[in-house]
Amino acid sequence: MTGAKPSTAERLARNRFELDEDESHIEVHQDVVRATGCGPVLVAVCPARVYAEREDGGLDVEYAACLECGTCRAVAPPGALTWHYPRGGFGVSFREG
Amino acid sequence: MTEPDFDVVVVGAGPAGSVTAALLARQGHSVAVIERGESPGSKNLSGGVLYSRVLEDVFPGCLDEAPYERRVTRNEVVFLTPESAVGLDVASDRLADPVNAVTVLRARFDPWLAAQAEEAGAYLMPGVRVDRVLTAPGGSGAAGRRVVGVQAGEDELRARVVVAADGVNSFLAREAGLRPQPPTHHLAVGVKAVLTLPEHVIEDRFGVSGDEGAAIAYVGDCTRGVGGGGIVYTNRSSLSVAVVLRLDDLVAKGLAAADVFEHFLAHPRLARYVRGAQVVEYGSHLVAEGGWDMLGEVVSDGMVVVGDAAGLTINSGLTVRGMDLAIGSAVAAAAGVSAALEADDVSAAGLSGYRERLLAGTVGRDLRTYAKAPAFLERPRVYGDYGRLLEEIMVDVFRLDGTPRKHLARVAVDALRRSPVRLRDLASDALAGVRAL
Ligand SMILES: Cc1cc2nc3c(=O)[nH]c(=O)nc-3n(C[C@H](O)[C@H](O)[C@H](O)COP(=O)(O)OP(=O)(O)OC[C@H]3O[C@@H](n4cnc5c(N)ncnc54)[C@H](O)[C@@H]3O)c2cc1C
Ligand code: SF4
Repeated sequence: MTGAKPSTAERLARNRFELDEDESHIEVHQDVVRATGCGPVLVAVCPARVYAEREDGGLDVEYAACLECGTCRAVAPPGALTWHYPRGGFGVSFREG
Repeated sequence: MTEPDFDVVVVGAGPAGSVTAALLARQGHSVAVIERGESPGSKNLSGGVLYSRVLEDVFPGCLDEAPYERRVTRNEVVFLTPESAVGLDVASDRLADPVNAVTVLRARFDPWLAAQAEEAGAYLMPGVRVDRVLTAPGGSGAAGRRVVGVQAGEDELRARVVVAADGVNSFLAREAGLRPQPPTHHLAVGVKAVLTLPEHVIEDRFGVSGDEGAAIAYVGDCTRGVGGGGIVYTNRSSLSVAVVLRLDDLVAKGLAAADVFEHFLAHPRLARYVRGAQVVEYGSHLVAEGGWDMLGEVVSDGMVVVGDAAGLTINSGLTVRGMDLAIGSAVAAAAGVSAALEADDVSAAGLSGYRERLLAGTVGRDLRTYAKAPAFLERPRVYGDYGRLLEEIMVDVFRLDGTPRKHLARVAVDALRRSPVRLRDLASDALAGVRAL
């Protein structure tokens, strides 16, 4: 790598995303997240660093950077997230894969 | 009753979906393939080693035109500790001729596969997300419903058979009640970057020439001890670098997936390969890791499940196989679905020929062979202590520091004594390993 290794944000910046301005494909149910304390786990597992913890124990979500892997959904306790794929044609588009 | 729009609707234009569609269309059935990506492959990534024989069976001579990157002629397995690497490097003409495996980049390879389906007569609908299956009363299952098509937004598409080829997260199979959400020890997250380098630099660094390529698998410190591994595969003018991390262990260790990936990229053993390279893409995708234990129902009334959606992946620790199994399941499914359509019985019983063909063929046989591999790979020593032990032994063998030399067996026994690995652990792991792999 040239110089310092790129951060996740820099790596993500190379990808092509078709942003769906009208609809987030990830919905966080803050009450469940706070009650189960799953916030830190979701922050950690996401390779795109989509989640960030809020001071009240809830989660912010930057759905535009999502790589659509489904990892968060697989480890989240029931009811914490509503997660589906973005609408057809939206979201990340890999040019290499 | 509404007339079906197609004999078969395939959801997902990955290898499983496109090959199923191509084979069914070849046999004269009307087939639609629905893909949520703006083009096939745009949502897909893999490590990239495709064991290509099964593809050549479906499309004879295809390696002359399919957009693959390099023929894999060199395989290496490396145990990594923070400072060292002990590897086994295999280069053999028998891996090169006939071609055993090629590397692929999915955004280039999947469109070619989908084009083969279109050429055979299938109708491709990219940029469309299927939201749910359509059902109607009837069928043999507990719910008393059978699948009669799919819904995408406002549109309904009716089919005599729906093929769920929608990948590891398969919403379709889950929604149809066919397959429960897999437990986290049956799933891993793959985190990958593609890094560009000039062709001649790749050839020099990896000791290959022409269209030859290398596939290197890493175990140990590459994942900071999390169950899984790392890979570096050569493409024509880029490298695929990835870690695969078992979800239960990643969560248990409290590590961040992105941090583990960065740790691997920065490992001194990797620096020699990636120096000067530019990251052109970063992605992640789930990997099915359960093997045989994950294979549940693959057939229901009006629907079959193929590829990753059916959990068909084999991770032996040394190789990740999914694309060839996806293609293998597609071959079995196309035969089973075709027979059901011709007999005009698309019930679960009518479609059960798919499951039989799947289990009797290479896919079923290999899944059974590696049935114990996932449990073996959950043994934690594989990811830490053994790398260290191998390092101690090999360093002792080569380091002539003036102390009297010992026979190899003595070196090994002494290293084992210093290591946290107990002899009975070693014996038990060795036995389990031999049985599982
Ligand atoms: C990091 C990593 C490394 C890997 N390494 C290897 C390797 O070296 N060799 C190997 O053989 N395998 C490897 N695999 C596994 C391999 O990628 C998969 O097994 C293979 O892609 C499965 O093919 P498939 O057709 O079943 O599913 P996929 O390729 O996942 O295709 C599913 C398709 O369905 C589409 N889809 C999903 N839902 C919908 C919907 N609702 N509506 C419309 N379309 C939908 C998707 O967009 C996608 O195109 C690896 C996987 C990962 C993640
Ligand atoms: S799907 Fe993957 S990339 Fe998207 S938010 Fe979840 S973990 Fe992050």
